Amino acid sequence: MPTFQLKVNGKSKTVDVAADTPVLWVLRDHLDLVGTKFGCGIGQCGACTIHVDGNPLRSCSTTLEQVKGKEITTIEGLSADGTHPVQEAWIEVDVPQCGYCQAGQIMTASAFLENNPNPSEQEIKNAMHGNICRCASYTRIRKAVAIAAEKMS
Amino acid sequence: MSTLSKNTFSRRAFMRTSTLAGGGMLIGFNLFQSCKPKVVPPVDLSQLNYNDFNAFIKIAANGAVTIFSPNPEIGQGVKTSMPMIIAEELDVAWKNVFVKQGILDTNNYTRQVAGGSQSIRFGWDALRQTGASAKQMLVNAAAARWGVDASECTVNEGVITNAAGETLGYGEVVNEAAALEVPENVTLKEPKDYKIIGKDAGNVDVARITTGKPLFGLDYKEEGMVYASVARPPAFGQKLVSYDATEAKNMPGVIDVITIGERARAHMNGDNRNWSAKLADSDKVVVIAKSTWQAMKAKKALKIVWEHNNPESTEKHNKILLSLLDGKKFNTLRSDGDINNAFATADKVLERTYESPFLPHNCLEPMNFFANVTDEKIHLVGPVQTPASAADTVADMLGRDVGDIHLEMTRMGGGFGRRLYGDFVFEAAEISNTIKKPVKMVSSREDDMGTGVYRPAIKYRIKAAIKDGQLTGYHLKEAAINDNMYGLIPNFFPAGAIENYQVDVASYNSNITTGAWRAPYTNFLAYAEQSFFDELTELMETDKIQLRLDLLEKVKGTNDDRIQYDPERMQNCIRTAVEKSGWGKKPEGTYQGFVNYYCHNTHVAQVADVVVENGNAVVKKITCVVDCGIVVNPMGAINQIEGGILDGIGHSMYGDFSFKNGAPVANNFDRYRLIRMNETPEIETHLIQNELSPTGLGEPTLPPVGGAIANAFKAATGNRLYQQPFIKTPELLKVPKKEILG
Ligand code: FES
Ligand code: FES
Repeated sequence: MPTFQLKVNGKSKTVDVAADTPVLWVLRDHLDLVGTKFGCGIGQCGACTIHVDGNPLRSCSTTLEQVKGKEITTIEGLSADGTHPVQEAWIEVDVPQCGYCQAGQIMTASAFLENNPNPSEQEIKNAMHGNICRCASYTRIRKAVAIAAEKMS
Repeated sequence: MSTLSKNTFSRRAFMRTSTLAGGGMLIGFNLFQSCKPKVVPPVDLSQLNYNDFNAFIKIAANGAVTIFSPNPEIGQGVKTSMPMIIAEELDVAWKNVFVKQGILDTNNYTRQVAGGSQSIRFGWDALRQTGASAKQMLVNAAAARWGVDASECTVNEGVITNAAGETLGYGEVVNEAAALEVPENVTLKEPKDYKIIGKDAGNVDVARITTGKPLFGLDYKEEGMVYASVARPPAFGQKLVSYDATEAKNMPGVIDVITIGERARAHMNGDNRNWSAKLADSDKVVVIAKSTWQAMKAKKALKIVWEHNNPESTEKHNKILLSLLDGKKFNTLRSDGDINNAFATADKVLERTYESPFLPHNCLEPMNFFANVTDEKIHLVGPVQTPASAADTVADMLGRDVGDIHLEMTRMGGGFGRRLYGDFVFEAAEISNTIKKPVKMVSSREDDMGTGVYRPAIKYRIKAAIKDGQLTGYHLKEAAINDNMYGLIPNFFPAGAIENYQVDVASYNSNITTGAWRAPYTNFLAYAEQSFFDELTELMETDKIQLRLDLLEKVKGTNDDRIQYDPERMQNCIRTAVEKSGWGKKPEGTYQGFVNYYCHNTHVAQVADVVVENGNAVVKKITCVVDCGIVVNPMGAINQIEGGILDGIGHSMYGDFSFKNGAPVANNFDRYRLIRMNETPEIETHLIQNELSPTGLGEPTLPPVGGAIANAFKAATGNRLYQQPFIKTPELLKVPKKEILG
């Protein structure tokens, strides 16, 4: 099997996997980074959202080829100690219900706020529309993104 | 309110204590049954045994309190609110309380169903008394050391003070306290003195969730573990004939391809109404591989021949259920007065039929389980809500002693009822038993949606008789796939309020598996009845609110003990909702819909506000009033309430799940629509303040909200909605053209 060099959360990693393995499963099964979640496998739910060079990507539908030479950030690497403003806002608002979708929500929100530090409510809604929360914690997600925006500006 | 415990059981029988080897007090307690004679908690924390106790409380020599419980979290916050109740009566600072998930050694572990709206209701007394008894023991120990009477000591956040002003921390007296008798009677706090209950507390796992720690079943790993992807019959009623795994076996990482099913089937013993038997009806082909992706990919390369047997379809179900409603074969679940006479003598009659589809649970974490079956023991790890029955089944299937089984429950990525059914546990165990390796069975979304234990498709027909402007008769008929409403549901409002009243049910036995789905039956019934009420008030030319209040008035003082809703609490919810929502006082262009409902022991009233945007009716706001007694953790409660409301809106609007040739038409989120951010309205919640025992919150706000939006849509568009999901008839969600022009 081919060998791939990856940069994940600031560290270099070498994995030995088939070229068509989605980045999601490389992270989860080969690199023990299980914070990135599997929800649908077809790019519909956002549970698997990671940052690639700062942009949010669905890791279930991302190939190793697409991340070659790029910086991958997962929920485990978003901050050293869980104190990224988005993570802090999430705790403050107490967003999670079952919690399963939340890593993906946080990764989507943090990438969005990087590009739009001063969003309107409608912009927040649009930005988060792609992430499913089956427990429907949407009102709190909305609130937490707004609070995180405050913290970041 | 009750202060002295006047329980019918002896507290002493429900809790026991020990002194830990390294110092500290360990309390073992049971919530729902007394402890077995002579068992005591261990002196070593590594020996915690949940066969004997539901949970343990450790009070360390430094005063820190740790609660160990094998009950996991499915998103309803019970992992936070139940420890809050103990901490309140124990009188310790919430910040010094830690919650740890215990490992379940099966054997005799009862009341194992995790979460659910009922946990708080059942645990309320027992948890308070356990906390209060432990506190009393600590106080008694301190009083003995001082040589004073315990009654002159006071406690604040784990510090005991005597009349002379001397103090001792809990940690300083734990060893003595552990040796004392458990007191028989303890004084519980007055609600006005609560310091933890009623205050916001964040989810105890929140920091682990926001940093992506391995909490869920899917995250669990063990040395040497392999992955399994299971090919199940693609349609209900199909059976495995043969398969060719040549290609799959040659794929990278594939270790083996096996079949399972025999053991599960032997266990089921031909009970074909049983959900698990239906799911075990055919053999399944399993790919074992070194990684999840390799297993899933190789599964797609299997060439399998399935034999078709009696395929069912939604089209067929629709005909059958309607003919059941038209027919005469019903079970009568409640009958008051004489409905036939009421209809024969009525001035006006209203009859309407309401239709709903199957619904998958779609927990965001797909079904999965870890199993390692060895000659010595069976280790099972993962998200399941019924561990004891899962363990019993596995033991029986594999011909093993249930004592060999160690089952650990992980946090669950959603439950909604799906994880009450342990089919995925049985599969994992059968696979590991065959390959003799630790294995993780992982379902894809397609597997999960395609082989579910769905909410059954149901149709209701409701008929009402009106005479002299009064509601004189009410007849509710249910036709459902597989199973009918149960328990006290036939006695929910408006039962008891109408003289001639009858509930009749009929079912059709399908080979499609069905089971509990968040707020079983009421999740659709509430919408049907509350839409019907709305229409009824129009026909009766009466006020929507007044009719409800008047009906509830008639229930007051009832001595029918099947009626468990409280008419006064319900009226209070209704009046509060009228006031808070600005009912009837909204500016032109806002259309409102009203509902009230009782289920899971909780009373709810809701108002939906709808506006018209580009000719489409759009939900803008839900005002929700809830009476669930004392609210232990308002922050968690509101999360549950809002989640229930949005879940209810989402499924009434979009949840569409139909079958063709025995197979579901949708099997992933591209074709099955769940509610998303842009479709969510504002929610305003009002919790009724009282000092009554807490009741469930995971379910009760979901059922009625479909009715609230349907009634508001009617106000906005003039169209009544009789079928869920509403999106199936998009034209009914629009304002008729001429009205826009006019
Ligand atoms: S798992 Fe990638 S979008 Fe759903
Ligand atoms: S919190 Fe459960 S899926 Fe979002």
